[in-house]
Amino acid sequence: MSMVQESGCRPIQPNNARIEEHPCYSEGASHRYARMHLPVAPACNMQCRYCNRKFDCSNESRPGVVSGVLNPDQAVKRAWEARQRLPHLRVIGFAGPGDPLANRERVFATCKPLRSSFPDWHLCLSTNGLCLPESVNAILDHGIRHVTITLNALDPEVGAAIYSWIFWNKKRRRGVEAAHILLEQQLAGLSALLARGVLVKINSVLIPGVNDRQIPEINRLVSEAGVFSHNVMPLISAPEHGTYYGVMGIPGPNETQLQQVREQCGGAAKLMTHCRQCRADAVGLLEQDRQAELNRSPVEGSRVIPIHRPTRRDPVASPPSPVVLAVASQSGERVDTHFGHAEFFRIYRVTGAQIEHLGERFVPRYCQGDDQCEDKDHTLQSVLNLLNDCQGVICARIGFVPWQELLERGIEPVNSHADRPVVEALSHTARLLQDKHTIPTPKVAAAGMKGRG
Amino acid sequence: MIALIITAECIACWACEPICPNAAIRVKNEVFRIDKKSCTRCEGYGDLPQCVEICPVEGAIIDDEGTAMNPPGSLTGIPPREPLPA
Ligand code: SF4
Ligand code: SF4
Ligand code: SF4
Repeated sequence: MSMVQESGCRPIQPNNARIEEHPCYSEGASHRYARMHLPVAPACNMQCRYCNRKFDCSNESRPGVVSGVLNPDQAVKRAWEARQRLPHLRVIGFAGPGDPLANRERVFATCKPLRSSFPDWHLCLSTNGLCLPESVNAILDHGIRHVTITLNALDPEVGAAIYSWIFWNKKRRRGVEAAHILLEQQLAGLSALLARGVLVKINSVLIPGVNDRQIPEINRLVSEAGVFSHNVMPLISAPEHGTYYGVMGIPGPNETQLQQVREQCGGAAKLMTHCRQCRADAVGLLEQDRQAELNRSPVEGSRVIPIHRPTRRDPVASPPSPVVLAVASQSGERVDTHFGHAEFFRIYRVTGAQIEHLGERFVPRYCQGDDQCEDKDHTLQSVLNLLNDCQGVICARIGFVPWQELLERGIEPVNSHADRPVVEALSHTARLLQDKHTIPTPKVAAAGMKGRG
Repeated sequence: MIALIITAECIACWACEPICPNAAIRVKNEVFRIDKKSCTRCEGYGDLPQCVEICPVEGAIIDDEGTAMNPPGSLTGIPPREPLPA
């Protein structure tokens, strides 16, 4: 690894600290060090088919929950507040809601003060790679030493099926031409970063039937190139996300499909399995969310959104204890209802494989289709009171305010089963909640995982 | 050239603002609009209006006749809800 030392640039840190303190790069660190994403980058220069631009960049975040965008001043303020409450904060990430490199000025304007105030923090960013080659110098100049590139295809034909368009050289370009330009930029950016000692992680979104075969090839290529880790993430797709794949009914992979592809990724790039698909404004330890405290942040427009939980099973599972779950489902068959639209919740007790229906609880409607519902706090509180004895609430979608409030009360909001069968959502969620505090061992765990589909 | 217009479909993503060659895109309280006097539809700068080329939202930018510069289905590939007349 070459030493890079530019003028005005802090010397590169020993790699060990860079890896060991970064929760996304080291599974150990994910239990000890906290990270925060600052949503300062609203614009994007392309369109991925798994992304609905009305929400956050799906490359680093779960689609479907709206978040606020901060300007650089607000972001810096927010970081100061976070530091007071999170002594373990080590990592600041720039991941969206658009592409950080389509918003270079905003991102770098945030980096500058942070770097001088907190020299021991790690700054990282995630990008689609389109503007990467011309940004490499600036990335290094601003002290960013961790970069994540989303790479979903090496074959432009496949890329053309994943990306609707890119904005390139004054024009919107589509199809194979667009995919080809994007790939060239991604690979050129990748090697430039590696040559200069930046720790690179690759994200790939597994889209069943589209890029299954590309991902092992990506793994091989990036491993040979010297990429530190490769994160194969499942496509998250539901009609209400409004993404192309969601609307067109192209589902994400089930656990088996995901595992099969991950198993074909045998390259040296460490396969990251502890990824929680954080949102662009996530904060806290990967394992332990702190949004409850931090969401009281006085910075205008700042919001703190929790992190997706692990979905893996501990291989030495303890005997199952009962889990009480509420489900927002009109039909009773599928998870078909928005938290805020639910007129009642179905309550279940899940003990291992056994599911008991305990009845319904009727709640006042506090939300009339608006996701944010911030003014209707009182009604929301009465809904939450009804669910106080539940460990989790399964719904098709949920606004971020109720999401935060639920977590604050120790109730896990679960929206990853939108439109899936209730029974499946129940057993999956019960398992997830039981495993919440166990340290996962991915390989063995995966074998015990039941497919979703 | 008659200026283009930003509609309520705009999601305030900021993509257009920095690339307008005439600094015609004005933002106030996250509301985006095009300054009539400054917008030239990018005449002499590339072939196409830059804001239209980068905007991710169908129907967010229209011309003075109300025609969407990026019509439904053209950006997302999602077929428009009402089928277009054949
Ligand atoms: S790069 Fe990110 S923000 Fe841009 S379209 Fe893709 S997922 Fe969405
Ligand atoms: S058409 Fe061109 S000049 Fe007019 S607002 Fe759009 S980018 Fe600016
Ligand atoms: S690019 Fe389109 S959606 Fe984004 S701010 Fe401009 S007009 Fe609005």
